Order: sequence, then C-alpha cells, then structure tokens
Amino acid sequence: MSAKPIIAGRGPWQLAFERLRNDRTAIACAVTLVATVLVAIAAPLLALVTGHSPIEQFSEAGLSPTGIPVGPGSTFWLGADGLGRDVLVRIAYGTRVSLLVGVVASTLAVIIGAAVGITAGWFGGAIDNFLSRFMDGVLSLPFLVLALALAALVGPSLGVSIFLIVFFSWASIGRVIRAQTRSIRDREYVQAARALGAGNLRVMLVELLPVVSPTIIVYATLLIPSAIAFEATLSFLGLGVPPPTPTWGNMLADAMAYYKVAWWLLLFPGAALLTVTYTFNVLGDSLRDALDPRHDQTIRSTGGDDE
Amino acid sequence: MTDEVLVRIKDVVKEFPVKAGSGFGHGKRLLQAVAGVSLEVRRGETLGLVGETGCGKSTLARCVVRLLEIDGGQVLFDDEDLTTAPHAAMLPYRRRMQMVFQDPYGSLNPRRRVGSIIGDPFVIHDIGSAAGRKRQVQDLMALVGLNPEHYNRFPGEFSGGQRQRIGIARAIAVRPEFIVCDEPTSALDVSIQAQILNLLDDLQAELGLSYLFIAHDLSVVRHVSDRVAVMYLGRIMEVAPSESLYASARHPYTRALLSATPVFDPDERREHPEVILTGDPPSPLNPPTGCRFHPRCPRAQARCTAEIPALLPRHADDSGHLAACHFPLSDGEIL
Repeated sequence: MSAKPIIAGRGPWQLAFERLRNDRTAIACAVTLVATVLVAIAAPLLALVTGHSPIEQFSEAGLSPTGIPVGPGSTFWLGADGLGRDVLVRIAYGTRVSLLVGVVASTLAVIIGAAVGITAGWFGGAIDNFLSRFMDGVLSLPFLVLALALAALVGPSLGVSIFLIVFFSWASIGRVIRAQTRSIRDREYVQAARALGAGNLRVMLVELLPVVSPTIIVYATLLIPSAIAFEATLSFLGLGVPPPTPTWGNMLADAMAYYKVAWWLLLFPGAALLTVTYTFNVLGDSLRDALDPRHDQTIRSTGGDDE
Repeated sequence: MTDEVLVRIKDVVKEFPVKAGSGFGHGKRLLQAVAGVSLEVRRGETLGLVGETGCGKSTLARCVVRLLEIDGGQVLFDDEDLTTAPHAAMLPYRRRMQMVFQDPYGSLNPRRRVGSIIGDPFVIHDIGSAAGRKRQVQDLMALVGLNPEHYNRFPGEFSGGQRQRIGIARAIAVRPEFIVCDEPTSALDVSIQAQILNLLDDLQAELGLSYLFIAHDLSVVRHVSDRVAVMYLGRIMEVAPSESLYASARHPYTRALLSATPVFDPDERREHPEVILTGDPPSPLNPPTGCRFHPRCPRAQARCTAEIPALLPRHADDSGHLAACHFPLSDGEIL
C-alpha cells in the first residue's frame, strides 16, 4: 500500500460541507432546527409528562372562575388557552403540522419547479415558450383569493393547504432553474454527452441536474419557512387544518379574542413561528454561501453600509 | 494508412441566423460559417485542419459529428449518409465517431466524478455489465496515463493536461474508428501539449484511429498530420500532404500562415521572409465576392474579385495537392 497523500482532494459537496462546518451561524441554525424536530417528535411525551392532551379542555384547572385562562405556572407551563387547553402541548403538536407542511410542500414545489425549469431550459423553443408563459400565469394569480375560493369549495384540510402552497410556489423556482439551465445548456460537457449519444432525458438528469442542484437545495431551504408561514396564514384565516387539531396559525387566531388578558396566547405560538421561519431563512443563506463561494463576498459588499 | 475513405464531407454548408441591427423592424440575416466544404478523412490517417479563429473550423467539426445540423451538402461515414438519418439511427454511429474538445475545463461536468464521466459511454451504449464497469474505466484511465486510483475524484482536482486525458479516455471508451480533435492542445501549456499530442499519436497506432485534427497552430498540425487542409472564412483554400504543403504551398494564404510560425534560424528567415497580411479577416456576414481571400491577398487581380477559384491541382501537382487560387505560387517563389 502506498502512503496516503497529506493533501486530500475534495469534491464540491465536501467543500460546501467544510464551509458549513466553519460557519457558526449555520451551526446555530442546524442545532435550533434539530431541537425543533425533537420537540415535534416528543410532543406525545410532553402530553404524557404534563398529563394534558392537546385537545383536552380543562375548564376547572385551566380557567379562572370568571372564565379567564390561567397564565404560565406549574400546571400549565406556558399557560392555558381560552378553552382551558395546554398551550405548551398545543405548540408542540403544532410543530408537527408546521414541519410536515413546510417540508412536504417545499419538496413537492421544488421537484415540480426543477422538472419544469430544466425541461423548459433544455428544449427551448415552443416548449420553453409554453412552460414559461404558464409559469408567468401562475405567478400572476392572486394567492389569497384563490385560496379562499378553493377552501370554500372543497373544505379546509391539510391536503388542501399543501396543494395551495405547492401550486403557488413551484413557478418561482421553475423560472430560476430554467434561466440557469439555459446558461449551461451549451457548455462543452453537454455537447460531449450528446456526441456520446446521450438522449434528452439522460442529458437533463445526468448533466444538467447535478449542476443546478445547489440552487435547488438553497431554494428548497428558503421555501420551507415561506410554506410554514403560508400554512399559518391559511390556518389563521380558518382555511387550513381544521380545529381542534392545533396549529400555530389557528392558535394565533384563537388568541385574538384573549390577547388583552392572556399575552401568552399570542407570544408563545408567535415566537415558535418566528424562530423556525427565521432559522430556516438564515440557514438558506448560509447554504447558498457554502454551495457557491462566489456569492459570499458579493452579498456582503453590496449589502448596504449599516448591516 | 490506407486509401479507403472513412469520412467524406461533401459541399457542407452551415448557416447561423443572426439578428441584424438592434430593436424592432430588423430582419434576420444568415451568417455562413461553413460555405461549401469538401474533405475526406482516410482510414488510419490524421487530417489536420488549420485556420484563424472564426474561420469556421470548429463549426465544421461539430457538423461532422452532427452536434449541429447542416444546411447543405452531406457527411458520409463509411459511405453512410449521416446528415439525414433520424436521431435514433445515429446511436450506432455515435459509437464509431467521437470528439475531443478544446476546453479541458468546460468539457467535463464539474459536479460529476471522473469515474462516472469516463463510464458514460459504457452506460449510454450499454456495453459490459455494471459490475465490471469500474474495472473498464480504470483500464482506460491507465491507458491514457491517469492514476486509476483517482476514479472517485472530481474534475476540479485535476490539472488541465490531466483533464484533457480524461476527455480522451471518454472519447476512446467505445473504441471509435474516428475522432474529431477540436484544438485539443490550444488551452494547455506547451510542455503539456507535447504529452497530449504523443498520447493521441500512441492511441492512433494502438487503436487504429483516424483523426480530424483541428488547430490554429501550424507547427502542432505539422507534427501530427498526414495531410493538412487550410480553411479561410468558411472555405478550404488548400489541401495537401503535410510535406508537400509545408515545402511548396500554392495558396498565398497558406504561405502567409506558414511564414507566421516562428523560425529560429536567421538564414532560414532570409530565405523565407515573413509575409505580413494587411487588414483583418472580413466579416462572414458579408463575405467578399470571388476568392474570399482577395481583399488581403498581395497577388489579387481583377479575376479574383469576380470568379470563385476551384479547389484543383495547380502547376505540376498531383491530385493529392489541391489549391483554390487563380494565381498559385510556384515552388520557391517569394510572395
């Protein structure tokens, strides 16, 4: 056996991972997100420890004799809501909905967006024209009007929420991927693949997809927080996951009636929503810097003087 | 080398639509990058193709392997017309002809591992089993002088010369008969150029390859070619066996190109004074009438502006040495 070389070569993915490992912000985000996932997984455990299920109403212990919800304390760690339910347990269960919607919706949106974007960018011509005009059309539809109409038509549910978020998200990714595909379609490595006899599908999957995949990953990460915020918006308006299933959005909606006397109803679900969306956004930025080091300096140098 | 013709290029024309002017109301014009080129590549030989940047030689190369569809003429491979064949019917021919690209940085996908890039031809043409593929790829890597242990590395971890070896390994993987080399050394350091040229030479002997070797450097072409064709503004000016072309160029353009190669012996320079062409190559959007070289040619006369010269044997040349010039140079004549 020959001696191992001291300077080992590193591939593009490895380099990106190294950069992330040295990025404290990214590590902090990753830790926060792992903690969030643990909370979602441990939600039933929390219910067991506190003895409160997320939908059980404690009209005696949770409400004062005048019907005001009790604040944070030893029985209800983060207080009780207007129906005497445990806010902490409901937030933990709400995390499940938010993460599920965020991850599923952004994954679906990214898959559709990447498929349409690569197809449009590779084929060009009439196919590109059709797909691009279609994406423009989707992007110009008013989100809330259609969401209200659809939810009224088929009734609110988790599936409808995910469908709406995917439908209104994929096109923006599709346009970015299309533009990037167009910029690489004439590279010599693509011509080399064609000279070898590679068909359209192989060129798209083997040559183009790996090159646009960093963009796809960054967009997927940035789409998760917007999907979570979308879902919260839908639930807040009563168009998302129907009650009594707790979501951050419908908890915030419930809080509207009580926030003057029970600040914890607004603060804790709001903080949970803000923390998770903010963390995903910052992580997305770190990922973009790690996957494309050229972005690193340009963002900071043109980002204004007081940031 | 035999006289059997492997690739026959017949009156090939390639035009690109160009948007003329800017804004609205301007029509499209056609840029004729290749304006009726006929060439033959014989089995086992290296045909050099030289010309200035922009003369259409790379376009011609892409037309020959049908990366571009041609607008006129024919490309025959082993007497089979490839220009009209449907794309599905092209696959067996893709296996018999390959291409090595100019830019060793652009021709390898930066996001894919080298082993997988070199293994592409086996996957596409369904050669061998998936299990034996790594072995095949590593054999190829050894054949072109790469360390087979670097199978899992990315292209970014290799130097320019090594990358060109990767490109060559990919091209010879399917054991083609014919390879188009599109300026394979022009992006490399001089010391590395020789290594790559020697590798191509060794592979030719070992695998019985025929090359269409494109370059803008005559000294490189002289080193590798059996025959050389000189291209200017989309047309072939002269084609001849290497020795014959370098010893007795008939076309003034060929002579000018030859005199542009550095000469280290002052006596030789005195014998063959440098010819400096005036002006730039004209725009292919608006090519000169008659002989396309006439605006820059010191020997041009009225006939040259009116009549396109045919590619014919000139003076006492045999049918192997053709020049497209009304007033060809004779041996030893000074331009």
